[in-house]
Amino acid sequence: MPDTITLQVARYRPDADAAPTTQEYVVPLREEWAVLDGLNYIKDRLDGTLSFRWSCRMGICGSCGMTVNGNPVLTCGTFLTDYAPGPIRIEPLANFPVVRDLVVEIEDFLRKLPAVKPWLVREDEQGVDDVEFLQTPAQLAEYQQYSMCINCMLCYAACPVYALEPDFLGPAAIALAQRYNLDSRDQGAHQRLDLLATAQGVWACTYVGECTSACPKGVDPAGAIQRYKLTAATRTLRSVLMPWAAR
Amino acid sequence: MTMAKRSSSEAMAWLLFSAGGVVSALLVPVLLLLSGVLFPLGLLVPEHAHLAAVLGHPLTKVVLLGLCMLALLHWAHRFRYTLYDGLRLKRLSVPINLLCYGGALAGSVWAAIVLF
Ligand code: SF4
Ligand code: FES
Repeated sequence: MPDTITLQVARYRPDADAAPTTQEYVVPLREEWAVLDGLNYIKDRLDGTLSFRWSCRMGICGSCGMTVNGNPVLTCGTFLTDYAPGPIRIEPLANFPVVRDLVVEIEDFLRKLPAVKPWLVREDEQGVDDVEFLQTPAQLAEYQQYSMCINCMLCYAACPVYALEPDFLGPAAIALAQRYNLDSRDQGAHQRLDLLATAQGVWACTYVGECTSACPKGVDPAGAIQRYKLTAATRTLRSVLMPWAAR
Repeated sequence: MTMAKRSSSEAMAWLLFSAGGVVSALLVPVLLLLSGVLFPLGLLVPEHAHLAAVLGHPLTKVVLLGLCMLALLHWAHRFRYTLYDGLRLKRLSVPINLLCYGGALAGSVWAAIVLF
C-alpha cells in the first residue's frame, strides 16, 4: 500500500472565484483514516483556508456529508483505503447551493423539516401526571427504522426528482413524517396529510430509490414514501367520495 | 411553508397505476406463456371448442378488458413521468397528459371493440 493518497478537493470562494475550481492535496494514507481525517489533515497542516462541516466523527451528527467520487456519503464513515490508490474527488453535496468550498446552504431542508410536524401531535394536552405513554415492542418496531434519520441530507443529494423540482418535500422529510404517523402515541397524521398528499409531497416521487441506496442509517425513505402513497391515495379518495366522513 | 393542496387526481392516477402494475405482473406472464409459448409449440393443445367457449364467456371478456385498461393506465402514468423527468418536458404537461391518458382511453375503447 502506498503511504500517501491524492485528494482532489472542490474549492469555491464566492468572494474570489467566478466558478468552483479543484485543488489537489497529498495526504497520508492510513488504514484507520476516513476521508474526513484526510480533510482535517489538509485543514491542520496544508491549507487552513479549506472549509467543510463536521462534528461528531461517528455517523451521528449528520453534518459531514459530501460527494466522494460522485456519490453522496458521510465522510467520517468512508475510508481513504476504500479508494486507494486514488485520487479521490471530493465535492460538496449535489442539489444544494454552495456557500464555500464543501459547505452547502441547507436552508431549504431546514424550512421543509418543521413543515411535516416532526414531533408527537396530541389532540388532548395531558397533565404532567398522565404523560407517560406506554408502548409495546411491536408498536416501537412500526416506526423505529424511520427514527434513525440523522438529517444528513445525503438522500436529497441523491434524489433526481429533488434536482429537477426544488419544491419537492423530499425523502427525509417524508420519512420523518412517517416516523410520527406510525407512532402509537401520535395523533397528527391527518394534519400531515394535507402537506404530504400534494404534488410537492409524495406524488412528486417517482420511486427512483436512490435515496434509500444513499442513506447511511438504513432509513429506507423510498419505502416510507411508497408506503405513504397508499395511505395518501385512500384517504384522499375517501374524502372525495365521502366528504361527510372527511379527514 | 406554502404548499399546494391535496391532489385527488394524482391519488387516482397513482392508484390506477399501482393496480395496473399488480394485475399486469400477475396475469400477463401467464397469458404470454400460454398463448406465446405453450400453444404455439404444441406443448399444450386446448380443444378448440373449449377455448372458444372460454374466450366467448362474458366474464373472460370483462377480465381481459379490465386487464387492458389497467395495463394502459399503468403505461400512461409511467410514460407521463418519463416525458416529464426523463426528457425534461414538464412544461408541456397539458399535451403530455392528453397524449398519455387519451392514449390509454383510446386503447381501452379499441380493446372493448375487439373483445365484444
Ligand atoms: S433519510 Fe437517511 S440519507 Fe436522508 S437525511 Fe435521514 S439519515 Fe440522511
Ligand atoms: S461528522 Fe458527524 S456524521 Fe460525520
